[in-house]
Amino acid sequence: MANKRIDQPTGTETVGHEWDGIEELNTPLPRWWLWTFYLTIIFAIGYVIAYPAWPMIDRATAGMLGWSSRSALAEEMTAADRAQQSFREQLAAIDVVKLRDNPELMQRAVAGGAAAFKVNCSQCHGSGAAGSQTLGYPNLNDDDWLWGGDLAAIHYSIDRGIRQPDDNEERQSVMPSFDGAFDSAQLDAVTQHVLSLSGNADANALGAQIYADNCAACHGPAGQGDRAQGAPRLNDQIWLRGGTAAAIKRQILNPRMGAMPAWGERLDPVTVKMLTAYVYSLGGGEEAQPETSGEPATQPQAEAGNDGQP
Amino acid sequence: MGNPDQPDDAKRDWAVTVEDGIAKSNEPVSSAVANPAATTRRHEPHEPPRETLPEKLYEARKSIHNKRIDGPFRRFKWFVMLVTLGIYYVTPWLRWDRGPYAPDQAVLVDLANRRFYMFGIEIWPHEFYFVAGLLIMAGIGLFVITSAVGRAWCGYACPQTVWTDLFQHIDRFVDGDRNARIRLENAPWTWGKVFRRGFKWSIYLAIGFVTGGAWILYFADAPTLFRDFFALEAAPVAYITVAVLTLTTVTLGGFMREQVCIYMCPWPRIQTAMMDEKSLLVTYKDWRGEPRGSVKKAAKNPGQFGDCIDCTQCVQVCPTGIDIREGPQIGCITCALCIDACDKVMKDIGRPRGLIDYATLEDCEREAAGEAPKPAWRALLRPRTMVYFTIWAGIGAALLFALGVRTHTEMTVAPDRNPPFMLMSDGSIRNSFTLKIRNMESRPRDMEIALEGLEGGVMWTDAISRGEAAATQTVTVAADQVRTIRAYVMAPRDAKTQDFAFTVTSVDEQRESDRVETRFDAPETP
Repeated sequence: MANKRIDQPTGTETVGHEWDGIEELNTPLPRWWLWTFYLTIIFAIGYVIAYPAWPMIDRATAGMLGWSSRSALAEEMTAADRAQQSFREQLAAIDVVKLRDNPELMQRAVAGGAAAFKVNCSQCHGSGAAGSQTLGYPNLNDDDWLWGGDLAAIHYSIDRGIRQPDDNEERQSVMPSFDGAFDSAQLDAVTQHVLSLSGNADANALGAQIYADNCAACHGPAGQGDRAQGAPRLNDQIWLRGGTAAAIKRQILNPRMGAMPAWGERLDPVTVKMLTAYVYSLGGGEEAQPETSGEPATQPQAEAGNDGQP
Repeated sequence: MGNPDQPDDAKRDWAVTVEDGIAKSNEPVSSAVANPAATTRRHEPHEPPRETLPEKLYEARKSIHNKRIDGPFRRFKWFVMLVTLGIYYVTPWLRWDRGPYAPDQAVLVDLANRRFYMFGIEIWPHEFYFVAGLLIMAGIGLFVITSAVGRAWCGYACPQTVWTDLFQHIDRFVDGDRNARIRLENAPWTWGKVFRRGFKWSIYLAIGFVTGGAWILYFADAPTLFRDFFALEAAPVAYITVAVLTLTTVTLGGFMREQVCIYMCPWPRIQTAMMDEKSLLVTYKDWRGEPRGSVKKAAKNPGQFGDCIDCTQCVQVCPTGIDIREGPQIGCITCALCIDACDKVMKDIGRPRGLIDYATLEDCEREAAGEAPKPAWRALLRPRTMVYFTIWAGIGAALLFALGVRTHTEMTVAPDRNPPFMLMSDGSIRNSFTLKIRNMESRPRDMEIALEGLEGGVMWTDAISRGEAAATQTVTVAADQVRTIRAYVMAPRDAKTQDFAFTVTSVDEQRESDRVETRFDAPETP
């Protein structure tokens, strides 16, 4: 250090440097500033002791308070669960078909179901539940249901799945392959007849005959389908696997049937109910059908697709 | 505390305390009485060079014990204080009948429900531009005021000024006027002083508590909150807010006072840019006052002394402790108490008033040159203030217009894009939309939703089953609520992608309506 001296006009010590005749005064920091600085040091020491701070080889020091971001998250999750507790209890207690009578519960179930749908269902049915015709995943927004669209039927489908090996005979239907059963002309004729059921082609007698002999048992004489065995309705404009002649022929010769996991085995009953509510709310939900056996005579909009019938 | 060197003429009643403020300093006191300001100024050329480091680098705050004064400006300050504090403390208690579905507090910031009520006006979150507009008006209002009358806001209406003034009156009430307070401050800590200080500070705390307490009443129903607060049933945030505001009020108003104005507040720096030579300022007319001399000296030597007798009354009454005779400065809040003090002295010694007065810098030059000053109202009516005022009034008129034409029925429409459209069994095409319908009236209302420009279109909602699909639907929206509805719109199978609109109309005598255009999506090849 060069020799320090007192600057006469201000009475302040200089730091001892000089540049081109300009000197720097050694003005100390204000007292309050220093005290704040010391306090931050004391605070930092306390912080290091109380909270995880020093990175060690495999983990950081734990800190006296035992705080960690994981435990904080766990606490928040527990708190969130607690806040949901009464809602979940109500939902667990209610019969799923009564859900619509409680609009507030229904609304919350729909919201919860939307979240669960994104996690569990969107991989196949799509994030907007529009399904995929190419892959044969049903669209859940429309008014066509393979196995029924009221709350009880939707709940059953989600809970028990479709074509699950463990399920006791329920929802196990299989469409037989007709490969080799028809010659080329017969195949064309029956394909035309299937298309004509929904008014998308002209009727033909040969096709009608083949249809009546081979297909009507499951799909119904007018192509109205059968929800009891999941046989798709053929006399509407919605096609699970495509409505072109080629797609229909492929399905006759080499039929594919979708399978859905039994979500009741993987998810808790409350989540299954929430999913039911959400799928129901997408816009295709039906009123509960009165118990009728056999012919699904009460198909809604049944007359709409019949204009192509002979 | 007396000083043996003190000249006789300084012993008049208004001057005896000058030396008290400087008695403890190490400075030579000989010139103090002649010009007290000079002794506080540092690094005077004639000051002998210091050989040792000074004990303190930063000057400690000098306590300010401003003297009581009466006068027109003081009375105006009382009036403003009464009005502003009255508005602040009374407003939450005013009631306003809004019917059974809305709160009946005249001014209420309902954060939980995100509503702001002000008498007949109810602001929703999406109408926040009203609040923004009011804030802009407040800003430009300050421009108007500042360009016309300088720092009048600082001097009279600023909350810091009002509460500081209040606390200074408490000082005066408990400890007496200036001389008594200075004596008490320099006195040793006896039980009597402890008691007095304790008493005064408890009044500070009480004022702080009432200030913080009034603040929270703006955010909830005042009588209910008042009862809950003292029954210890109010929300923790209420107690925390009151505690914080009590502390800040006592700290800022009771102890920091002028330091807030001089060191903390950015406003004096900003408003310098808004003032010009035509703005009114509190000014000491040095051409008339200087050189200073006592009445006696002036009588002996006629014509040699100015009107200022250096009685320092203007300094003693100043709430920020400045000497206005040193010219315009940042510490001056233009409260004009020095004008009151000086006018009183001038009257006592029989000289014309206005040695310290509100004047524009332009006037000062004119007056110094011997011309007659312009009347003060000229500072108000000039292009600059007019332009500010026009902008201010324009925003105000626009806000009023917006308030007048706004409707209490609004709707927003969000089309669902995932998927954009849906083929139904019969081939018809369905789109779905999320509608948000706002009923901004304090009563439940039926709203009629209709489709416009969609051939053969029908709709139903999540609350109405598909069996009742029709071109119009009626839904009920609760008082002061937004109702979210999922609307399913279905068009025949030959429908093309096209624009259409939703309309919503209130089913009452007003038939308020809103219309939102949106798009109906359909497959490209049906």
